[in-house]
Amino acid sequence: MKFVVKALSNGTARAGVLHLDSVAAAIDTPSLLLSTRKGLPLFTSPDLLSSFPSPDSRLLHVSPLHFLEGLSIKTISKIGGLHQLVGLHDCGFAAFPRDSIQCLPEATATNKTGASFETPCGRLLIKPAEYMEMMSSMKPELWATLADEVPAWVSDKRNKTSVDRTIKWLDECIALSPVSGAVFGAIVGGSSLEERRRCAQEVATRNVSGYWIGGFGLAESMDERPALLNAVTEALPEEKPRLICGLGLPEEILQGVAAGVDLFESTYIYHLTLEGFALTFPLDGTRINAPNVAGIDPRKINLRATVFRKDATPIVEGCLCYTCQNHTRAYINHLLNVHEMLAQILLEIHNTHHFLGFFGLIREAIKAGRFEEFRKDFVRSRYDGLVEDGSEPVLLAR
Amino acid sequence: MALTPFCSPPPSLCSSFRSLRRGLFLPLLQAYPYTTSKGAVPMPETALMALRFEVLGRFNRARAAQLTLPHFVCQTPLFMPVGTQGTIKGLATNQLEDIGCQIILGNTYHLALRPTSELIDELGGLHKFMNWPRALLTDSGESSGWKANAPYTRGVYSNPSMCFTLAYFGYSCYINRIGADIIMALDDVVKTTITGPRIEEAMYRTLRWIDRCIAAHKRPYDQNLFGIVQGGLDPVLRDICVRGLVDRNLPGYAIGGLAGGEDKDSFWRVVAQCTAALPEDKPRYVMGVGYPLDIVVCSALGADMYDCVYPTRTARFGTALVPEGVLKLKNNAMAEDTRPIDSTCACMVCKNYSRAYIHSLVSKDAMGSQLLSYHNLYYMMQLSRNLHSSIVRGKFPEFVCNFLQKMFPKGDVPEWVCNAMEVAEIDISSCRARFRDD
Repeated sequence: MKFVVKALSNGTARAGVLHLDSVAAAIDTPSLLLSTRKGLPLFTSPDLLSSFPSPDSRLLHVSPLHFLEGLSIKTISKIGGLHQLVGLHDCGFAAFPRDSIQCLPEATATNKTGASFETPCGRLLIKPAEYMEMMSSMKPELWATLADEVPAWVSDKRNKTSVDRTIKWLDECIALSPVSGAVFGAIVGGSSLEERRRCAQEVATRNVSGYWIGGFGLAESMDERPALLNAVTEALPEEKPRLICGLGLPEEILQGVAAGVDLFESTYIYHLTLEGFALTFPLDGTRINAPNVAGIDPRKINLRATVFRKDATPIVEGCLCYTCQNHTRAYINHLLNVHEMLAQILLEIHNTHHFLGFFGLIREAIKAGRFEEFRKDFVRSRYDGLVEDGSEPVLLAR
Repeated sequence: MALTPFCSPPPSLCSSFRSLRRGLFLPLLQAYPYTTSKGAVPMPETALMALRFEVLGRFNRARAAQLTLPHFVCQTPLFMPVGTQGTIKGLATNQLEDIGCQIILGNTYHLALRPTSELIDELGGLHKFMNWPRALLTDSGESSGWKANAPYTRGVYSNPSMCFTLAYFGYSCYINRIGADIIMALDDVVKTTITGPRIEEAMYRTLRWIDRCIAAHKRPYDQNLFGIVQGGLDPVLRDICVRGLVDRNLPGYAIGGLAGGEDKDSFWRVVAQCTAALPEDKPRYVMGVGYPLDIVVCSALGADMYDCVYPTRTARFGTALVPEGVLKLKNNAMAEDTRPIDSTCACMVCKNYSRAYIHSLVSKDAMGSQLLSYHNLYYMMQLSRNLHSSIVRGKFPEFVCNFLQKMFPKGDVPEWVCNAMEVAEIDISSCRARFRDD
């Protein structure tokens, strides 16, 4: 793996280039990691993956926890690792246990032997040795060391313990390191600025290829987050990539970019898709002209609404995704009403495409040196003329 | 709309023909006054058809043909996946094209309910609505919806014709608006497991209704109305129905009322009787079939088209279709099995995924259903292609034997299959275990 910073904007936001052996083209950052379940997207089938823009759609997040319920380490090794297992060859896998959709860290159950996660199969405890065995058999392009993530409300003592533990596990994981795959050191610290700084400084001294920033998206507020993010990134060397987990909404992504993060795992697409939403905010950099009609949300539309029953237009006019090129709002409205799986498939395809487009806008703004301006504009325009509809806080809950 | 008088059916001749044995000795019946055009509206000689059916190859009763429909040119024998509500569960239209689907089914009743046929019409018809460029067939909704809710099923009614008028008036509008290439007539279906006069009643009603379907059909130039042969398992009733429908000179015919739990021995005999009696130059569609074995047998007997929810439904339960029969991916033994589902299958799923991986997905993740549905439909399309090409190349018996050998490696081919193949005049002795009695 190779990473180079190409441009800076406003001091900390950076545009870079990531080279992975398994991906033919270089990936521009800031970039999104597509969420997967056992290595494949939740709804988009593998033969439709190629319809996404490339190479920005070639980074996939995989959680080893997904495999604990049905596929043994031995079998994965026998098949030859993730690429052979999921039949995707021209992509890069980033492996870390936390999957903000379904496998969230359970801080109360984590102890000195291992990290606990609440998963659809119940509570799972994963120890460093076990974790490293999974990394050896899965062979991801990059992986994070095991972390003890805690939510914002824990006591200072618990928070401090989490930092000590995470650093200890980092050293254990590196010692058991497999031959292939770039190691990303995990950084935690909850909502304490000192702990965040301490952890980042410690991890910065270790021999890692990049940094995995955890513990966010666990009930800290959007207001306190920038300071916490900066406390981490300021202590890290500039030339190594930073990956963050748990920032979902576009505004949160922008906070991460502003602090100097390069790679993002987000649950936004998943939640939108499940609830029947499709992203519609403009991707050409123009200000959203929010109409004065109350209740019309310029950011996204809910295709369950009866107003779309006869709407024979695509979700977004001019969008090049498979869904918009082939289907209409009316058809998706019908699919949602009759509870057909194809609705989620089509929505996930469009939302992924659109969200990847958003990342494209971010990169452009950074390269043009006007990231802060872009960010302020974007945040402001999403709320202009909008009636408070209560939908976004739901997405922030996790 | 003129109402034909309600004629009481002639006395049943079932008892005389109960000993009907191997297939095709059709009783020489006097033409019943009812089955000629008394009160019926026959199709004119230059029948209004929106299809062309050209037989390209034969082997005894089996035929391979080219069926030209308004939206697509199809090769038969063919299997049609079922997309009840305007979608095949979990698959996108481009995937269906990649797999090789030629015709897809939609269900009139379900679509009339949601999103309504008016809406589909307003948006340009079902093809445009779901963006399916190939052929579509709409059925009325045999097992659900239409029949369950039509007034006549709910107890006491005075004039069944009146009730039909009410039910049918809606139906014809719906099917014309939805705009499929093939539309099934509204028929009266009863389960084959039922006995008694109800079957006879249903058969005669089906015949009366076909005339009204024909009269109400507004688009004979671009939609093909197929009649459906009913009559339960009674060869006499079936014969009456076949003759009645053939009189109407329809573009195609379906054999309905089967695939409902009857024993296989009765099933194949009805198919054999009907395929023998239906015209050579029109497509024959066996509704609700189904299992690959059944399709091979029916094709040998001269049927051309099939539909069933089985491949996609069984996929959602974690079962894959393979040459040996079925593979249950949920089985724990699959967790360590690194082979593909079917090493002879060329589909995207078998080329890229192991049984172990699919096992970890099935019944837990939507992707599992999608991948298995993809494979199962590919299997059915490949079966259709193999049937067509083996008949065209004159290799049909070899294909059948190969198919049976893979499915019954011990030679234990079921009795009903053997009987059916005998009637179809296909020698499958090489597939059968020899029982030495001497």
